[in-house]
Amino acid sequence: MNSTTDSDMGSGLLNETLLRRQEKREQRALLSLALPSLLAVIAIIVIPVGWLFYLSFIGDNGQLSLEHYQKMIEYKSYLRTFTTTFQVSLLTTLLCILIGYPLAYFLAILPARVAGFFMLAVLLPFWTSLLVRTYAWLVLLQKNGILNDFGMAAGLWDEPLKLVHNLTGTLIGMAHIMLPFLVLPLYGSMRKIERDMMHAAANLGASPIQAFWKVYFPLSLSGMVAGSLIVFVLCLGFYVTPAVLGGGRVVMVATQITAILENQYNWGAASALGVVLLVATLIILFVASKVLKLDAALFGKH
Amino acid sequence: MGWLKKPASDTQLTHGDRLWLYVVAAIIMLLLVIPTLIVIPMSFSASQYLEFPPETWSMRWYDVYLESPKWMRATVTSMQVGVLTMLLATPVGTMAAYALFVSGHRAARALFMFLITPMIVPVILIAIGTFYAYGRIGLNNTITGLVLAHSVLAAPLVMIVITSALRNYDLNQERVARSLGATRLKAFFVITLPQIKFSLVTAALLSFLTSFDEVIIAIFVSGGTNATLTKHMFAALRDFIDPTIAAISTIMILVSTTLLLATQFLGAKQK
Repeated sequence: MNSTTDSDMGSGLLNETLLRRQEKREQRALLSLALPSLLAVIAIIVIPVGWLFYLSFIGDNGQLSLEHYQKMIEYKSYLRTFTTTFQVSLLTTLLCILIGYPLAYFLAILPARVAGFFMLAVLLPFWTSLLVRTYAWLVLLQKNGILNDFGMAAGLWDEPLKLVHNLTGTLIGMAHIMLPFLVLPLYGSMRKIERDMMHAAANLGASPIQAFWKVYFPLSLSGMVAGSLIVFVLCLGFYVTPAVLGGGRVVMVATQITAILENQYNWGAASALGVVLLVATLIILFVASKVLKLDAALFGKH
Repeated sequence: MGWLKKPASDTQLTHGDRLWLYVVAAIIMLLLVIPTLIVIPMSFSASQYLEFPPETWSMRWYDVYLESPKWMRATVTSMQVGVLTMLLATPVGTMAAYALFVSGHRAARALFMFLITPMIVPVILIAIGTFYAYGRIGLNNTITGLVLAHSVLAAPLVMIVITSALRNYDLNQERVARSLGATRLKAFFVITLPQIKFSLVTAALLSFLTSFDEVIIAIFVSGGTNATLTKHMFAALRDFIDPTIAAISTIMILVSTTLLLATQFLGAKQK
């Protein structure tokens, strides 16, 4: 595929092998440009995470053992953490679909230029520090916060609602933070739907509602599934927002990992939890990539 | 209100039929934007308590921020780490993206997927993993350690931005330059680079922001005089609601909004 400046085209077999060898050498030289990146990923991801993997199989007495994994099955607190993590991730994903679908649909039916402007409403939070947004929700939702003040002034409720330091607050904050991850791929797949499809559906006698559910919705599914998976997987490992807005009542896997390290300094137990989190993430992504061809979407075809 | 009766969709709905959608979308967009921006007016409140709208206005919390050695030190650290991450991740990520895209090697796609694993591995795992490994080699609480970890997080973003720029670029131009006698290096710098420069700047801004906003690795790996802004903010959020955070948040929003607008502008130019 590389070009050659050789003008002698008719010199036969010898030249051809030489050229091929040169091409191989150049390809190798090219690939070596990826070396710093490769080494960095090995040093910062592979070795440390591999180390944790090893630690997770070392028992408290220093011997090789499965005790940290056994504890996960035996102890109720672990089970509760896993259920909470799964529950919060699932509910957040559902909330995002519920809120994100109409928004993406609205953006997709606008002319591209106008959509670009309204898209700022999605991109501005996306780009704002997660910590800042979590803080903002803390301020909005607290006992004498804006939302409670507003609700009581408007006569919607009489006593301050408990909106934060619990599951409600965590879900609100997480849905807000995760929404762009759903809306962006969903919007992308909606934009790709050809308008002629809807014309044709209408022309063939479908009512607007039929045309939406039979034609538009199935075509937008790929984006919705991709976005939902991203949201779900990101939620599984989420730390900051549940830690702040959950106020210690919403213990997810990442929260438990840090708690184990802070309180017991037990690297084996913390690592084992981390390994479970990683394996769950990888399984979901592996299945997803088989279904969705994620690598093609990111890397593209030559 | 004739506008409401005009046809709006390909299935002969009018704007009136779709009014509910417009209303729902407007509410959702407000719900997205308001919580992002609400801290700005609150940061100018004179009160101890966060109130909205503030009864009296002042710059009090900005003064607290600017006069606090702790916050100032943390701001400098975050800026330093952000800039160094940008300077490291941008070239490293660009080199990898270019190599994998141009080589057409069999292993290129697999290698690409491997190099973007930092986006896939839960950050909490990277945080405790590096914390443990750094503990062995004395990199905890150092700028170097934090920059390395943040660069690994940022490089995949650079790779994705640059790969997509290269996809829209005709590599034959580089081949022409080389057939005219330029080396590959020269062809890249003279022909390719100027044409992907906006994407390159976008990638650089993204790397800076990735580092500047990063919380979890910073909580574990940074500390002492090298603690970042986000680490101190997280600690403050867990303890009590300090209005100084509103002032710092406002500054952070300003930084990210500026960078966002810059990338939007650059994106429009690239096209």
